[in-house]
Amino acid sequence: MKTKYMNPYLAGVLLGLVLLSAFYFTGRGLGASGAVKSVVVSAVEVVSPEHVTNSDYYTKYTGDGKSPMKSWLVFEVLGVLVGGFLSGALAGRLKLKVEHHPNITSKKRLILAGIGGILFGFGSQLGRGCTSGSALTGMAVLSLAGFVTMMAIFGTAFALAYFLRKNWI
Amino acid sequence: MGPLIPQEIIAEGWNFLIAFIIGIGFGFVLEQAGFSSSRKLAGVFYGYDAVVLKVFFTATITAMLGLLYFSLFDWIDLNLVWVNPTYLWSAIIGGIIMGAGFIIGGFCPGTSVCAVAIGKIDAMIFLGGIFIGIFIFGESYSFIKPLYFAKSMGNIKLSDFLDISSGFLALLVVIIALFMFYIAEIIEKKFPRKEY
Repeated sequence: MKTKYMNPYLAGVLLGLVLLSAFYFTGRGLGASGAVKSVVVSAVEVVSPEHVTNSDYYTKYTGDGKSPMKSWLVFEVLGVLVGGFLSGALAGRLKLKVEHHPNITSKKRLILAGIGGILFGFGSQLGRGCTSGSALTGMAVLSLAGFVTMMAIFGTAFALAYFLRKNWI
Repeated sequence: MGPLIPQEIIAEGWNFLIAFIIGIGFGFVLEQAGFSSSRKLAGVFYGYDAVVLKVFFTATITAMLGLLYFSLFDWIDLNLVWVNPTYLWSAIIGGIIMGAGFIIGGFCPGTSVCAVAIGKIDAMIFLGGIFIGIFIFGESYSFIKPLYFAKSMGNIKLSDFLDISSGFLALLVVIIALFMFYIAEIIEKKFPRKEY
């Protein structure tokens, strides 16, 4: 079934206005990986509070009685889930499925998705933000880091595209 | 005059509600644009669908020009808008690792959340992968720290780095984006999308 997507330039303008309103209201931009980080820190805290105290990474988000889940990005990402669901419902795209190229099996697609996620999660922490938090938001405020991260992400993906073509085309 | 919450024009207590509402807008637009599909996202790297490039750069220039105009009219104080700091090596290497994750996994974190919302199982696995990747980073933090903090350049803007005005940089970004849109339209016609 073919479903209709919004004109990309119109979607881009709307996304830009969402980002602009984030700046106008809160002085900060959008993000995504930071919310997963909050979940990771909370999970580690539940399993082993001692381990959190001994790590200067986790304590950045838990010190002084701070709760990692009470973060701006956690609430924003909950909104993304709701917004994505509403859009999918309106467009008739709600469906539980594994999307993959006919050349590869569902299983292979899922393994690749898992590997890609692990890399993206690790890279987002090293790079201090992902495509939305570092690249998109960073470029809108003209941050050097934003431009550098964007070029590194897209440059690498283009460079590796040839080797992974069988999974996509 | 904005930003409203840092200046307490709107009370801090509203911050999470505003985050949630902005998130709804973010997720809705991403899904409408087709970012809930890894096939559409990966398309930009093979020429059959450049939606990522078009949406990403249109959004960038809209927000960038919006901020500059808001500042010009004194609607926003740009000194209170967060500029993410540049640590050059971690930005480059982190970006390279993310780029590999993008072409292997077909999503980035924001788009995977959006795809989870409409039931994509591959996106759920990708999101689980992000969780693991962040955990690995957290566990190896003391080892990675020297790289994480290497070549710190502060909260620097590209315009200051290049020693040009922010308006001129914005103009350059707009010109480059328009040029890329033009190329993208040509390339999309050359690589027709195979339906399946």
